[in-house]
Amino acid sequence: MTSVTIKVNGAETTSDVEPRLLLVHYIRENLNLTGTHIGCETSHCGACTVLVDGKSVKSCTMFTVQVDGKEISTVEGLVTEGALHPVQEGFTEEHGLQCGFCTPGMMMRSVELLTLNPKPNEEEIRYGISGNLCRCTGYVNIVKAIQYASNKMSNGGTTE
Amino acid sequence: MLQTHGEDAKILAGGQSLIPMMKLRLAAPKYLVDINGISELEYIREEDGFLRIGTLTREVAVEESELIKSKYGIIAETAKTIADPQIRNLATVGGNLAHGDPGNDHPATMIALKAQVVIAGPEGDRSVDINDFFEGFFETSLKPNEILKELKIPIPSGKSAGSYIKIKRKIGDFAAAGVAVQLSLDDSGTCRSIGIGLTNVDSVPLRAKRSEDLLLGKQITDELIKEASQLASDDSNPTEDLRGSEEYKKSILRVITGRALKSAVSRANGDM
Repeated sequence: MTSVTIKVNGAETTSDVEPRLLLVHYIRENLNLTGTHIGCETSHCGACTVLVDGKSVKSCTMFTVQVDGKEISTVEGLVTEGALHPVQEGFTEEHGLQCGFCTPGMMMRSVELLTLNPKPNEEEIRYGISGNLCRCTGYVNIVKAIQYASNKMSNGGTTE
Repeated sequence: MLQTHGEDAKILAGGQSLIPMMKLRLAAPKYLVDINGISELEYIREEDGFLRIGTLTREVAVEESELIKSKYGIIAETAKTIADPQIRNLATVGGNLAHGDPGNDHPATMIALKAQVVIAGPEGDRSVDINDFFEGFFETSLKPNEILKELKIPIPSGKSAGSYIKIKRKIGDFAAAGVAVQLSLDDSGTCRSIGIGLTNVDSVPLRAKRSEDLLLGKQITDELIKEASQLASDDSNPTEDLRGSEEYKKSILRVITGRALKSAVSRANGDM
């Protein structure tokens, strides 16, 4: 076992883990944060996307020991003081989900995308989420949801 | 650690090929040596006549580097075709080469750029020509106790430009076929240097040598491009898989080689 100290959604936590434990299993089973989903387990679908030091990664393709000393953010950390993150609000308002399985990964990827490019056009959004699959194929509304968040975040809170 | 464990150990860089392979039980190394803490291996700079890229440089850094975008556009163009944004946040340029997968994209581009790879081992550093680096299917000239350290790309002279074209079924897919072209023209439009590398059309990343030889020292005409594209297709040796038949792959390779040559020539002439 190896001891790791990781900041998860702002709170530091220390655990003993097997070196082979994948980050997604650590998040779901050790921390009980089950918002991060396991979809394909082969690095394709993006359902397990979380942020490591602000960068979106597929947590099924990383070992827990690799994030020792780093900060990770999961979908559970998006709400601040009871208020939805603009990306969460966008997915709600624009019906950006059907079954909801891909949604946590979609939203975490969208958070990094909007940090790097606050006003993406449709093509940039579609390319930006190309590592996330929605098997309900609800991409049209997912794009709208991200546009909603983009407008809200860059217009200081309004979507007009 | 590599010395002690020899072939039982694998280097873990970005892990975006190795970890999926371990899950599929295609690889089962007893030991992983995580090199992600060696931040000295993450850099992109020009020095002593070469563009030098540290092998732990992430694909996302290559994609966004102003130096690369302005002078070595083909490398950024190649990086953008690899996997997807999350994978590129972790995946490294060195890993893309050291993995020895003929389906990876940087090998063809590094062949086109006439790169050297710098390898560090117990006896110090050694430099290997990219054309001698790939020895077979998933086999490179790296020994178990060595590590890929740097890529050295000669700084191009004259009107130089490149193009990478990859045909794939969807984002995240490996190439059905891919081609990298980098060339330099002099003021009269004569081709003074050319490199052509091919992705996923043989058991190793392939250099289209006969096509290069045909074009070197000549004015590149549409007729010559047609001939060079045919040679590249003739010299390829793709295998049939879900991405298409051998015939289909040879055919698209001919077409994209022509497109990449035309695009590189017009970029070198400043047309786009």
